[in-house]
Amino acid sequence: MSNLTLYLLLWPALAGLLILFIKGQNAKRAALGAAIIEFVLALYAMVQYEPNAYRQFTFDHTWIENFGINFSIGMDGISLVLVFLTAFLIPLIILSSFPHSYKNPNVFYALILFMQTGLIGVFTSFDAFLFYFFWEVALIPIYFIAGVWGGERRIAITFKFFLYTIIGSLFMLVGFVYLYFQTPGTHTSDINAFYQLSLNTTDQSWIFWFLFIAFAIKMPVFPFHTWQPDTYTESPTQATMLLSGIMLKMGIYGVIRWLLPVVPQGVSQWDELVIVLAIIGIVYGAIIAIRQNDMKRLVAFSSISHVGLIAAGIFALNEHGMQGGIIQMLSHGINVVGLFFIIDIIQRRTNTREISGLGGITQTTPALSIFFLILLLGTVALPLTNGFVGEFLLLSGVYQYNNWMGAVAGLTIILGAVYMLRMFQGVMFGEQNAVTATFADLTGTEKAVLIPLVIMVFWIGLHPNTFLSLTEPSVGHILGIINR
Amino acid sequence: MNSIILLTSFGILNLFVGFRKSNKLILPLVFLFLLIVLAVNFYDWGNTTTYFERMLTIDNYAVAFTGVVVLTTILLIPFAKRYVDEKNESLAEFFSILLFSLVGAIMMVAYENLIMLFVGIEILSISMYVLAGSDKKNLRSNEAGLKYFLMGSFATGILLFGIVLIYGATGAFQITEISAAATAGSGDALTSPLLAMGLLFTLIGISFKVSAAPFHFWTPDVYEGTPTLFTAFMSTVVKTAGFAGFYKLMSVSFAGAYDIWFPTLVAMTVITLGIGNIGAAAQNSFKRMMAYSSISHAGYLMIALLAFNDRSENAIFFYSLAYSVATIAAFGILKLVSDQRDDISYNAFNGLGRTNPLLAAVMTIAMCSLAGIPLTGGFFGKLFIFSAALEQNLLWLIIVAILMSMVGIYYYFRVVIAMYMREPSGERVVVGSSASFALIFMAILTIVMGVLPGLMSNLL
Repeated sequence: MSNLTLYLLLWPALAGLLILFIKGQNAKRAALGAAIIEFVLALYAMVQYEPNAYRQFTFDHTWIENFGINFSIGMDGISLVLVFLTAFLIPLIILSSFPHSYKNPNVFYALILFMQTGLIGVFTSFDAFLFYFFWEVALIPIYFIAGVWGGERRIAITFKFFLYTIIGSLFMLVGFVYLYFQTPGTHTSDINAFYQLSLNTTDQSWIFWFLFIAFAIKMPVFPFHTWQPDTYTESPTQATMLLSGIMLKMGIYGVIRWLLPVVPQGVSQWDELVIVLAIIGIVYGAIIAIRQNDMKRLVAFSSISHVGLIAAGIFALNEHGMQGGIIQMLSHGINVVGLFFIIDIIQRRTNTREISGLGGITQTTPALSIFFLILLLGTVALPLTNGFVGEFLLLSGVYQYNNWMGAVAGLTIILGAVYMLRMFQGVMFGEQNAVTATFADLTGTEKAVLIPLVIMVFWIGLHPNTFLSLTEPSVGHILGIINR
Repeated sequence: MNSIILLTSFGILNLFVGFRKSNKLILPLVFLFLLIVLAVNFYDWGNTTTYFERMLTIDNYAVAFTGVVVLTTILLIPFAKRYVDEKNESLAEFFSILLFSLVGAIMMVAYENLIMLFVGIEILSISMYVLAGSDKKNLRSNEAGLKYFLMGSFATGILLFGIVLIYGATGAFQITEISAAATAGSGDALTSPLLAMGLLFTLIGISFKVSAAPFHFWTPDVYEGTPTLFTAFMSTVVKTAGFAGFYKLMSVSFAGAYDIWFPTLVAMTVITLGIGNIGAAAQNSFKRMMAYSSISHAGYLMIALLAFNDRSENAIFFYSLAYSVATIAAFGILKLVSDQRDDISYNAFNGLGRTNPLLAAVMTIAMCSLAGIPLTGGFFGKLFIFSAALEQNLLWLIIVAILMSMVGIYYYFRVVIAMYMREPSGERVVVGSSASFALIFMAILTIVMGVLPGLMSNLL
């Protein structure tokens, strides 16, 4: 199993191709099976991983001869955690779609699996052009999932999302090509060659923006977020989960792996600005979330707020901030997928997502209420839940960078509690009305999605070291390069 | 050389087949002829031979580009089936002209003497004038033929004038001899206004043929009026051969005069990229969009020309192959769809994803390739061109090109949106098995070029 990364990368694509030939709703079961196999592979990688060594399960092969471009994949701690997140969430996302019957299910599920290959490729590439390649490969399936199976206004909105992200990534491509030509000798796009470049400050300064725009649009950081709320709202739930649970982590991962260590001096020129933007995002996202009546939009804006904190913590360039950012990527992925699923459950039964049109759901649904509450408390960072670990480390990181910024960023916890509890109150408590009076509790499938999520909420909350110990040496390695 | 002889004799043979009025025979026969030519062509790989007192040189460069143009034409044949069904009387003539025009294209990539370049361009162009007007009863086709002929022959005149002026300045038609005279420091030929004018006129003549702005005005009208099959030929074979010839002229003869033609060409490149992309974005007709798109691709290819280093040749080759395959696929599907839905606008493609999943999938791959999205050959084509330019420190030009390719994504994806996200506008389009096969082949080729570009990125 020394080529484990390769298997992890190729299996979803292969399974996706096979699923294209399955007619009818059997495709969803086949896709679930394929995704579970992928998850088992990822678990095996977690077990086999040697935390104190650097990149493992590597696979290197010449890709484009004479160009020094290699098909070079592998996993260090950070990659591993994100591969785990992807492999953990995709089966749940597929399972969460079981109550729906989408048209052309074979294509729908094949696209999800193709996207998984793209995502895993992004998280495991150690060559700049390979990274860019998978970066775009991950985008195409989600565009079609959102555009074909989405809501009424999907065409214009998903097109905006598509253009926005692809424009960002083209800038990244220019940055990479430029860096590639700065490498010595016959040029190479290997990551270590990029880490060893010693560019002058001016070059670093503008390359920073070329790379950062791509990542900032993906995350999204204020003011590059305008595509996000509409896209989340109009996409089918599974696409929203993919986008918010996994895809936005591509941007954060890109910053950690391809921005900070590559142009450290560029970062030191702009990090203050980025942290300020991130903090604006935290407060802005939270305030708008408080005003939302549509639950899906509310969670979309809350996502801007949470991602802002992750970005701020990572740009603080210290161990707390970065470790917190990584663990929070994991937590946010889990929580946000859970929340979107619960919104989907409520919408399926009542045909509405409006907080004002709901109420009193707790009275008929003990199970749903508990799951909802746990995920919600995880999101607002209550101690013992996963959100607490991440936000604590992140805030500590930002605080070490600058006390005042840390204080403002801390608002996320208060404001987060406000909009989340307001939503819970409006939807779950209060008087029952015509639509919620006959609300049925969770079915077996729905529980099967929520139970693993809730287990992870507590696992990360109680024993974050499972993951933190995996990423610590890798984070140390990257910080070492940045502070060289 | 063998390919030139074979093409000519096959063309004549084909005319005789046409006398028997057995239309059914013609397409398979032409297909077979072209396959033979393709195979024989690669027999010359690795050897450099000159012919006719160094008028023509068949080297790897010529063989590679001949391969592209012949392959492109082969891929076009399956889409001509409708002509057979309609019992078109001039079918044999059309395809003989197509074969003859390929002779011109090969001369354009293999010339060693400017006269040969001129003769090649003329053979190709005159064939195209005829084919543009070949739909005799259609007013638009007549208009296209006449427009192309009038403007094209004017441009050829300017080209010839340019060649003569170059001869006046350097005393040579042979491209290597011109190079000796036109290299800086070797006498006053470089500073003579004669040479500068000659170079400029030649540049104008060739730019017209590859539809580079500001000599592109004929393109949208002619493309729109020409029968789709021949539009596809025009936008691929003519462009590939044109650029191969263009690059050869610049790299062999005028490498020493780089500083003189660089400013002119760089300005033209920016204008071409701008007009091509912004023009395409404004179109509602798919066919006109493809016309502007072909202008914009001329712009990208010109960047490789401007980069002018050892990466350029391979970049032009890879790009023109990726572009040709994707363009033939797009026009082939347009032909199938527009023949049955009688519409060349984006609306013709509405709901194609539901009625014809294969057509829609291949079209999507072709559009991604033209837009330069990874997993397709077009991405690596652009990447190679941009790398070549960046090595020459043309960063600002690449940024212009990238901004323009963003516009490109917009108009290429409009058809994807129409296919997958709108309600069908007509019945299922009937597709013959040979056309399906060609489409699948083109899709696979595009993907292979996008996943394993190393196979073809270092041939030259």
